[in-house]
Amino acid sequence: MSGVRLLVGTRKGAFILTSDGTRDDWDVQGPLFAGWEMYHLNGSPADPDRLYASQSTGWHGQVVQRSDDGGNNWETVGNEFAYDGVPGTHQWYDGTQHPWEFARVWHLEPSHDDPDTVFAGVEDAALFRSTDGGQTWQELSGLRGHPSGENWQPGAGGLCLHTILIHPDDPKRMVIAISAAGVFRTEDGGETWIPSNKGLRSRELPDEEREVGHCVHNLAMNPSRPDTVFMQKHWHVMRSDDGAESWEKVSGNLPSDFGFPVAVHAHEPDTIYVVPIESDSEHVPPEGKLRVYRSRTGGNEWEALTNGLPQEHCYVNVLRDAMSVDTLDPGGVYFGTTGGQVYASPDGGDSWTAIVHDLPAVLSVEAQTLS
Amino acid sequence: MIRVVLPQHLRTLAGVDSEVELEVPEPTQRSVLDALEARYPVLRGTIRDHGTAKRRDFIRFFACGQDITLESADEPLPEAVSSGAEVFRVVAAMAGG
Repeated sequence: MSGVRLLVGTRKGAFILTSDGTRDDWDVQGPLFAGWEMYHLNGSPADPDRLYASQSTGWHGQVVQRSDDGGNNWETVGNEFAYDGVPGTHQWYDGTQHPWEFARVWHLEPSHDDPDTVFAGVEDAALFRSTDGGQTWQELSGLRGHPSGENWQPGAGGLCLHTILIHPDDPKRMVIAISAAGVFRTEDGGETWIPSNKGLRSRELPDEEREVGHCVHNLAMNPSRPDTVFMQKHWHVMRSDDGAESWEKVSGNLPSDFGFPVAVHAHEPDTIYVVPIESDSEHVPPEGKLRVYRSRTGGNEWEALTNGLPQEHCYVNVLRDAMSVDTLDPGGVYFGTTGGQVYASPDGGDSWTAIVHDLPAVLSVEAQTLS
Repeated sequence: MIRVVLPQHLRTLAGVDSEVELEVPEPTQRSVLDALEARYPVLRGTIRDHGTAKRRDFIRFFACGQDITLESADEPLPEAVSSGAEVFRVVAAMAGG
């Protein structure tokens, strides 16, 4: 029987929410790793019971956990993320040069076909890969070694590599995003990287259209149409139809085009979801109304989805890795908030129910569809 | 025999209850931590950084009621710690309000 497992990372531990295919009743497991910041948990597409989790605190640094049974038991694996060679420097907030320093793993992206291969996007921005189930990690240093690397500057949350998209047909093709450097793509498995920010405009920059320096918040892609990539940028929702080579703005009638996550429906590659946020200085929903906006036209034309979501006095945020979709039919959509709610919609966003109300601030939500 | 007390998160991570007992012939901060990490590899990187072995910023070391964090890592620990009469305490500093 089909079902859904949600992997929820929070400021104070991880939670696993499971339901059958109706997605009506949910079992809540957790907190796992109570008290630790769980930036991200993710499952292997090749073996859904193989899970990886990023666990950290300011006191004790980074730990990585692995489960081989869907989250019932966990094993601590490797936590040494050593930059390749002499790390050098990148630009700091004040424009001075600053040494690259590993802080934490923001995002874990397992390979599509090998449960033991997993990529880690880290702060300060770099891409690491493990081919032994997380026991050891090697940097794909061609990315950080790009000539623009010394000009990368952190966003408010740090210089983080937060999004990793792997091409469904060719694992050597990947697209990643760094806040606040922008998008980079590789076609040779991570040896060489190409800045992919053509068409992005950031009014915060003296040169609005510079090659790097754009605060990209999140990317999403439907595997059936991998050359179409959607982006929630600091400001602006963007779309690419040439594999992230160039971008056009599709913010259309959104009440605000600032936000963090973007997601694509599993079966409708032109149906996308964002959560508009008032502004970069407020980080709350416009008018105190928590609204997911859905476009069925790949952008520009948006409708507010409000059924079941609070429409007054709501001032939570939805962070960049905190929205996900399942692959059931009809497709489900899920997101978590900084107020500790995890909302589920089993009907593509038409209606929403809070699975849980009072978790710690939610950092990430990943949906696994189980058969 | 050296008795080491870990902060709660590290006890959970290492799967130990209260005190950890280690045999360390010439106990110093460095040799005790080396022995601790050898016994519990999951603690590598959580007290000292990988590679540099630099103490993490919010970690401190206490012995006999004294903060010995800033003493040399190769300074012999007090006799009371070496004999097991007193514990070597790894402390996660109070921070964050």
